[in-house]
Amino acid sequence: MAYEQYIAIGILIVFSTILALIVVFASRILGPRRPSPKKLVPYESGMTPIGPAMRRLPIKFYLVAVLFILFDVEVIFLLPYAVIVRRLGLYGLIAAGVFVVILTIGLLYEWKKGALEWE
Amino acid sequence: MLNETVFLVPTSYFVILSAVLFSIGVAGVLLRRNAILIFMSVELMLNAANLAFVAFARSLLDQGGQVFVFFVMTVAAAEVAIGLALIVAIFRSKRSTDIDELNSMEG
Amino acid sequence: MNLPTLESINLAASLPVLILAGWACLLTAIDLFISPERKHWTAWLAVLGLLASGVALGFEAVAYSQRGAVSAFGDMAVVDGFALFLQGVFLLSAFLGILLALNYLPRHNIERGEYYTLLLFTTSGMMLMAMAADLIVVFLALELLSLPLYVLSGFAHPRLDSEEAAMKYFLLGAFASGFLVYGIALTYGGAGTTLLSGVVEALVGGGPAPNPVLAIVGMGLILVGLGFKVAAVPFHMWTPDVYQGAPTPVTAFMSVGAKAGGFAALLRVFLIAFPATGDTWGVVIAIIAALTMILGNVVAISQSNVKRMLAYSSIAHAGYVLVAVAAARYPEVEPLAVSAAVFYLLTYAVTNLGAFAIVIALERDDGTGVEVEDFAGLAKTRPWLAIAMTLFMLSLTGIPPSAGMVGKFFVFQAAVQASVGDPLILTVTIIGVLTSVISAFYYLRIPVMMYFRDGEGQANVQPALGVALALTALATFLLGVVPAPFLQMARHALLTLAG
Repeated sequence: MAYEQYIAIGILIVFSTILALIVVFASRILGPRRPSPKKLVPYESGMTPIGPAMRRLPIKFYLVAVLFILFDVEVIFLLPYAVIVRRLGLYGLIAAGVFVVILTIGLLYEWKKGALEWE
Repeated sequence: MLNETVFLVPTSYFVILSAVLFSIGVAGVLLRRNAILIFMSVELMLNAANLAFVAFARSLLDQGGQVFVFFVMTVAAAEVAIGLALIVAIFRSKRSTDIDELNSMEG
Repeated sequence: MNLPTLESINLAASLPVLILAGWACLLTAIDLFISPERKHWTAWLAVLGLLASGVALGFEAVAYSQRGAVSAFGDMAVVDGFALFLQGVFLLSAFLGILLALNYLPRHNIERGEYYTLLLFTTSGMMLMAMAADLIVVFLALELLSLPLYVLSGFAHPRLDSEEAAMKYFLLGAFASGFLVYGIALTYGGAGTTLLSGVVEALVGGGPAPNPVLAIVGMGLILVGLGFKVAAVPFHMWTPDVYQGAPTPVTAFMSVGAKAGGFAALLRVFLIAFPATGDTWGVVIAIIAALTMILGNVVAISQSNVKRMLAYSSIAHAGYVLVAVAAARYPEVEPLAVSAAVFYLLTYAVTNLGAFAIVIALERDDGTGVEVEDFAGLAKTRPWLAIAMTLFMLSLTGIPPSAGMVGKFFVFQAAVQASVGDPLILTVTIIGVLTSVISAFYYLRIPVMMYFRDGEGQANVQPALGVALALTALATFLLGVVPAPFLQMARHALLTLAG
């Protein structure tokens, strides 16, 4: 197997790693460090920080994430279908139609159950 | 069957990588105590299988394996939905996702 | 690429499954518009779906008797006697599962319409499993079977037991399906196809099998995955907790349906795809069968909670079916062993659903009342219940006149035939007989409790539960006394490669 073609990538990785280390440590060594309470505070877009950064997310977000994943993944079936929609003809249309109807029932279900309400 | 000029990396590399991922997943399930981490390890096992599928599909020049990956991904999504819902439900009751605390029944 | 045609899909042959799955989807939507006080409507609508599916199954069975097995979904599924028989068992179990829940759910304040729709979904998964002729379908059917069951075990949410049961079942079930999927991936890599009939060709040597060793490793992982589903030792540890924690009707249905579904896959995958490697898996399955029977029966002795005892008993029964699976690797025994396995699953289904129906009758609204002591004195207060429970316990032990006795006899008959020249099967058969004797010890403790101990045996038999009880008791008795017609049906339950 010819590994020579990877030499360029290898050099790139080594070189970029060394450069990154130099940049980080150069500023650490050369730069002046005069800490003050204002400077040690975490940067939150210039706002006054409120509470720790690792807060627990409200459970609502999990619910939205779950609903998102379900409908997101279905795209992997519709996308290949879209590519060959003309070749599959009526058969494909019916199959995809059944698929979408089942999805719609799912959507109807979560809508009616109030899972889409934010509050 | 394996066209070296097109495929530079042999299939066995992918299969070995997938076996390693699968083993990490199994080890994660057996060693971790947090339900979410166990669940992530299971997902790793499924994705190891996906990698094996596409690698075999490539070397066999057959789309069957790729189609299987679609189904595995969909099922994994459904499992995520149910798994997260269960974890949320149990977290509401116990304020913890440690599986060692799932001990209200004997044994 | 060939487009599928109407003939290759063969909608008519898969109609029972399609009706049920389609109706489950529709019912999910319909249930939204049924007010909370009228959720029993959903139940009856679900029964209607089962009935429609049953009628379609009847037509299929008639068609099968005339033209034999046919394939569907472009060879990915096959409708043969094996599929039809098991589909009947699944429909029956689902019907009883609904009857058991009809009064239980409102009593425990967990009446939600989703119970019935989820039950239909998991039943359609089981039915699909029975006809799977491709590893993709095996995987999809297994997930369609399992996912609703995870939710159902947590159905008594926010009761903690139930949530824990769901969590454990889910984590271990997902773990098991990880093994199954990876096993399928390796089999695909080793055999070049996921069609069961293609795998066998590749392994026998005719096909372009790139790597039979991979396929064998894959087979091992598939065995692990399915072993979890049927609760075989050493993959059984989830069973007691899940069975104890889940709502009792769910436990009843799960112990019967999920097990039969797992065995449907196990029998078909191993006998159709891997007959060439029968020496390997035959030994492994025989050893697993022996361990399963020993552990299930021995640990059940020390259980005081009846639900937990029945959980260990269900592990033990998985062992007896595994004996038939191990025996089926000999081509000359295969027809007998396969029909023995499916007949055993039928007898176990009616008996176990009946036993759980009695547990439901005794269970109080707070989930207590399922200890062995709670059966004390039941013979005086509720003589009919006591008689029915005695019948179920006899059947689980395998004592006549009951279904379980015929089922066990049939399994051991197949095993003895297979044991000619195979000392391992002979040993396993002997272990099977001995453990049946051991099992009498804990099963018969309940009749002893009912008849010879004084106590306030309390039971609450509501109409639907009564119907379920009468049906299961009658079936258990009839299968034990006049098994011939059912055996005849089971004899037709043969595996076919593809139509």
